[in-house]
Amino acid sequence: MTEFDGVLRTFAAEVGSDGPVCVRGGGTRWSLGGDLSPGTREVTAPAGIVAFEPAEMTVRVRAGTLVTELHEDLAAAGQRTALPERAGGTVGGALMAGESSVARLGLGPVRDALLQVRYICADGRIASGGAGTVKNVSGFDLCRLLVGSLGTLGLVGEALVRTVPVGEVERWVRLPGADPGAVRSCHTAASVLWDGTDVWAFLSGYGVDVDEDLSRLAGPAAEPPTDVDGPPDLPPHRWSCTPEQAASFGSGNGAAGRFVAEIGIGVVHASEPQPARPVDPGVAELNQRFKERFDPTGRLNPGRDPLRKP
Amino acid sequence: MTPQASAGDAALVADLEAAIGADRVRADAAARYLASRDASIYREGNAGPVCYPGSTADVVACVQVATRHGRAVSPRGAGTGLAGGAAPLGQPVVLSTTRMDKLLEIDLDNGVAWVQPGIVNLDLTRALAPHGVHYAPDPSSQAACTIGGNVANNSGGPHCLAYGVTSAHVLAVEVVLSDASVVTLGDLTAEPTGYDLRGAFVGSEGMCGIATTVAVRLTPNPPAVRTMLLCFDDVSDAAATVSAIIAAGIVPAAIEMMDQRCVTAVERFAQAGYPEDAAAVLLVEVDGAAGGVAIAGERIADIARRHQAMSVRTAADDDERARLWKGRKSAFGAVANVMPDYYLHDTVVPRTRLVEVLDSIYEIVDRHDLLVLNVFHAGDGNLHPILAYDSRVPGADERVHAAGREIIELALDMGGALTGEHGIGVEKREYMSRMFSAVDLDQQSRLRASFDPHCRMNPGKVLPSAHSCSDIGALRASDAAGVWG
Repeated sequence: MTEFDGVLRTFAAEVGSDGPVCVRGGGTRWSLGGDLSPGTREVTAPAGIVAFEPAEMTVRVRAGTLVTELHEDLAAAGQRTALPERAGGTVGGALMAGESSVARLGLGPVRDALLQVRYICADGRIASGGAGTVKNVSGFDLCRLLVGSLGTLGLVGEALVRTVPVGEVERWVRLPGADPGAVRSCHTAASVLWDGTDVWAFLSGYGVDVDEDLSRLAGPAAEPPTDVDGPPDLPPHRWSCTPEQAASFGSGNGAAGRFVAEIGIGVVHASEPQPARPVDPGVAELNQRFKERFDPTGRLNPGRDPLRKP
Repeated sequence: MTPQASAGDAALVADLEAAIGADRVRADAAARYLASRDASIYREGNAGPVCYPGSTADVVACVQVATRHGRAVSPRGAGTGLAGGAAPLGQPVVLSTTRMDKLLEIDLDNGVAWVQPGIVNLDLTRALAPHGVHYAPDPSSQAACTIGGNVANNSGGPHCLAYGVTSAHVLAVEVVLSDASVVTLGDLTAEPTGYDLRGAFVGSEGMCGIATTVAVRLTPNPPAVRTMLLCFDDVSDAAATVSAIIAAGIVPAAIEMMDQRCVTAVERFAQAGYPEDAAAVLLVEVDGAAGGVAIAGERIADIARRHQAMSVRTAADDDERARLWKGRKSAFGAVANVMPDYYLHDTVVPRTRLVEVLDSIYEIVDRHDLLVLNVFHAGDGNLHPILAYDSRVPGADERVHAAGREIIELALDMGGALTGEHGIGVEKREYMSRMFSAVDLDQQSRLRASFDPHCRMNPGKVLPSAHSCSDIGALRASDAAGVWG
């Protein structure tokens, strides 16, 4: 069992045990899952890296830390995490939103990145889920339950996050008119984005493998890949589709407007919001039971509901 | 012990037979005896009637009948679990999923296969082979264990170092809950809406419901694979090599370690080609694109030589690769040549502390006058010390348990975890309070109760008794004699 540090205890005291409360991170996904109820008290999660263990490939970090700053520190050891980088976005925010990086194909989803979580329960006490190791099946999986929960079950103060190696060579390339399925089949493809016409690919790995993939993609029938600084501008709304739906998104989704689809994953960034997805009544009831068990008075992030995430 | 028939079972059995057919229900002593234990050393399980449903509707009907009779329900796959998770407590109705063993659909466009829970892990991977994909989690018991059991235990295996354990490979799961309702948790979209209930369900050891259909992720077969055997004359050098490989930013598909006693046993059992004079061997596999595999292989060989490796051998072809793996996967069977009984441990430590933890394990085992064979997933710090012993020797059981307790304490003191892939079950239930605080366990209990408010599903597992009062009530309601009664 862990003795929680003073920083976490101070955070718990700020959260307290009464009244509606939320944590404000970078506010980059502030409206996700609905607007906060008026009168909700805002607190800020602590920030800073507690321990980075490059040989363990884990980093213990406080929730208020900016993901970009975290990744700058990890880069010195050639590592990063699967958390998405957004200007001003925090580790806690990324975990609670649960939305994966545009490079999920290579980095994996956020839900698989959280190894241990320390959070403030609805009654103000500090709880811990998961373990301090890269592998663990001891008890029920509170980590996965909390990822994407929008802070409605507990308020995260600290996380142990899995790190992954940065590729020896990493390049964003644009492939005009390319077949996104063919690009997806490249072994080093850590992201394949398609706007219905062109493909952008993030290739990451050993130089020899990246070169081989590039030469394959520059076949006689295709325009040669050109290096670009990064992904295209992503439209503001996020659709969650199956990989098959994303790969054929161009037809039959006129309501989406301009789009950029993550091939092989299923996330589609579109200029128009995704229509509400139907929710099975049984699943809705289960979600409600979780909320009632973990937050009986409904004080954590009132107004927000992960079922209302697009 | 032989399960004792309960006087009230006749009506229960009749109702179960009426619900799913007489050929799908067994209440004889032999069937109940077999369903009362798993592959652990726990022997106190006590099954009620055993049902063999063929469909989700059958499972629903069984749960309804059990509830009507005030009986709990314990699901069961192949019974290969090593922590007593499938050992039924309190004479519940046991639902064996072995007749729900179909591969329902392969959906390559979405990289998923829909399966019934009773399908055997290796059968699934064999069926997928013609499509160039596989199911990544590969527990040592994969020739017998079922996907439903893997879901219940969040099972791992050697190749989970790079690919992740079961939870990373389950996209959706149809579940029959304790109120007999059917829900599908998760879906095939990139980011399912609501709480990650499929994540919460996987690894819940049958205590949150019964998986009746599972959508598993298909992993493309890697274009290139290199399997290497690194041999050392010092265990510490082998352990230090593991840390150095990870520190170099290389994530192999697998890093398995065996110490000399294990190598000797395996070699005599499986003739895998391991050198018996090595104090420890590492079986390392890298996969991916060919160029990177070659580079990673060379770097790993360099690291091993810098750590005084006696030899570095690369499998020349698929046959040699298969032989090297056969040795690793035969380890538990090979113990039979050493001692008649063994107790297989499963703990995790930070992988940077392997050297000191192995030293301590040898010290503990020596002190208790036992034999230990170490064979484990070194890459992720998942230890599997095998305590080999002869249970006929007076006091041997006690010494094994005492050493086992110390190994658990050691792992936790080093910042480790109780279990990396076998689960808590009954075996480590009371140790949960050593790893988790009362608040932590209360939160876990809430998770379980959200799925199963009346604690009717596989009661008495995972959560220590102080945190599972409802379970004790459920057990006593179903069995006046009580397991702990």
